[in-house]
Amino acid sequence: MFELLGIPPQALFGQLLLGLINGSFYALLSLGLAIIFGLLNIINFTHGAQYMMGAFVAWMLLNYAGVPYWGALFLVPVIVGATGVVLERVFISRLYHLDHLYGLLLTFGLALIITGIFRNQYGISGLPYAMPKQLTGGQNLGFMFLPNYRGWVVVVSVVVCLATWFVIEKTRLGAYLRAATENPTMVGAFGINVPRLITLTYGFGVGLAAFAGVLAAPIYSVNPNMGADVIIVVFAVVVIGGMGSILGSILTGFGLGLVEGLTRVFYPEGSAVVIFVIMAIVLLVKPAGLFGREV
Amino acid sequence: MKKTGFIVASLAGLLMAGTAYAQTTIKIGVMNDRSGIYADITGEGSAVAAQMAAEDFGTDKGITVEVVSADHQNKPDVGSNIARQWYDTENVDVIADVPTSSVALAVNDITREKNKIFLNSGAATSDLTGSKCSPNTVHWTYDTWALANGTGGAMVAAGGKTWFFVTADYAFGHALERDTSAVVTANGGEVLGAVRTPFPGTDFSSFLLQAQSSGAQVIGLANAGGDTINSIKQASEFGITQGGQALAGLLMFVNDVHALGLDVAQGLVLTESFYWDLNDQTREWSARFEEKTGKKPSMIQAGVYGAVTHYLKAVEAAGSKDPEAVMAKMKEMPTDDPLFGQGVVRADGRKVHDMYLFRVKKPEDSQGPWDLYETVATIPAENAFRPLADGGCPLVQ
Repeated sequence: MFELLGIPPQALFGQLLLGLINGSFYALLSLGLAIIFGLLNIINFTHGAQYMMGAFVAWMLLNYAGVPYWGALFLVPVIVGATGVVLERVFISRLYHLDHLYGLLLTFGLALIITGIFRNQYGISGLPYAMPKQLTGGQNLGFMFLPNYRGWVVVVSVVVCLATWFVIEKTRLGAYLRAATENPTMVGAFGINVPRLITLTYGFGVGLAAFAGVLAAPIYSVNPNMGADVIIVVFAVVVIGGMGSILGSILTGFGLGLVEGLTRVFYPEGSAVVIFVIMAIVLLVKPAGLFGREV
Repeated sequence: MKKTGFIVASLAGLLMAGTAYAQTTIKIGVMNDRSGIYADITGEGSAVAAQMAAEDFGTDKGITVEVVSADHQNKPDVGSNIARQWYDTENVDVIADVPTSSVALAVNDITREKNKIFLNSGAATSDLTGSKCSPNTVHWTYDTWALANGTGGAMVAAGGKTWFFVTADYAFGHALERDTSAVVTANGGEVLGAVRTPFPGTDFSSFLLQAQSSGAQVIGLANAGGDTINSIKQASEFGITQGGQALAGLLMFVNDVHALGLDVAQGLVLTESFYWDLNDQTREWSARFEEKTGKKPSMIQAGVYGAVTHYLKAVEAAGSKDPEAVMAKMKEMPTDDPLFGQGVVRADGRKVHDMYLFRVKKPEDSQGPWDLYETVATIPAENAFRPLADGGCPLVQ
């Protein structure tokens, strides 16, 4: 049997698969960010808090209303997306004519406030969220034990990512959206309600974050800081993929998950920084990102 | 900086002004993590515990106690600034709690320099009473040596001879791994390897699979807080515990188990010095604590109560708050409080009491949301902590 740098191939396949699973979270989260940035030009720092809200709202639905995981998967993105719509209407929409920096500061402040509220209410240790019965257990793949739930995460996030990409790039609605960001006045002149289109886009991006939060709830600790821990990495993913590039963020999300997975085998201490090293290199060589258009 | 704004009976003090008592005013600064990962196990709960100690001590002994509190954000520089400000300009006599070993070591130095008193409950490092020991410091609740000795020793005795560590990649994780490895090998076990994980982490599945493929009987989690919770959750998900490997949570608190839920945490073995359901006294005190905070106390919060109680008794016995006289009394008088029972403060500042080995209950055996542990063994005080001679503390040589 051959070995690669002292790692047996079974272990390597296992780690690659794990990387892919983490990559699906990166992809889902960075997709939402890329949509919001690409179409609204807002750097949405609240994204991590909205991911956290997704996990918490799923917990609340289960404990206060008895809504199980499957219901939460549909309800939570709608509920959290609706809070996003309110945020956009009340705060963010006032900043479109200003520099990016203002949007960044506003959303960063909102993220701190939201996190603080949840921390005050639920403490920092986190809450337990049970895995749905249908997805417990796992498959023995020969080279590793794959929990069913992780398999489900990969499948569902690939489907959601591709569907989103299809809607934005290949349908009439997506064409309106892209046109509205290119030239809002012109599109408005054709009788399309541009502000509403943009509000709903923000709500959708937030819904994606909340969806990722529900997916994460059974496997990660549901605590107020879970968003802050992951958001920085996700920003790096978006920068590497190219700010605002939909397909770029999906592919980079999965790709960087794989790279991180490999680093965890060969040099575990470096696995927290490898993504940022790649980011630095990409910024030096191709400042617009791997899939971004040069401006 | 937030004033918890609590003054025990300044009114009573006024009333007694005419008596023979000389009034002593004590200001206790509870410094800990009030918003980060240790906020639940220390935080406001520790300040509440200090206030309860002052209340229970009573107002009839001529001692007035004020409790203030501050957030050190787990940063040594922030903690050092608060400590200096407290000692230099706010007349704080005692700093209590201080989780996070790096901050605790910094406050330890400053307290010695300013000749005040440091009652540590929250920090884990055994260096506080070892190479870094100070005549001004008492380390009350637990330390890495006691945890390693309790959990490590018990697991090896139960047949867990081979170990693999999943270690948080910073000073605390390394210390815990080092101390536990020493216990494992001393008891005839073997350490097969370790993986250092970036701190804080979210996904541990990759590291857990490395631990799994090592074939070790025990996977030692040399991490804390959210890292431990995620590791245990994911170990259960990947079928590692079901596959026959045991997990050892080397630093776990009742709040972590509460957060994990019994479904995932059941069967875990861990070491603590306090649990709310130990006896009638701990139950009574914890019920009062829960009334004020909505949660059961962690051992750290209980430790703040115990340490402040003993300190106030020593002030009373010494008849002054002079640090040297009070420290001498604290080490001379045996300790006795409702939470930790009887014990002593050793010459190196180590408070010595029984430690307990707990096992997390099965969901069907639990009677309520905080009914989480069953006691496996009591580790008697004389075996629970590092022997005085082994710590390398200059005060005892």
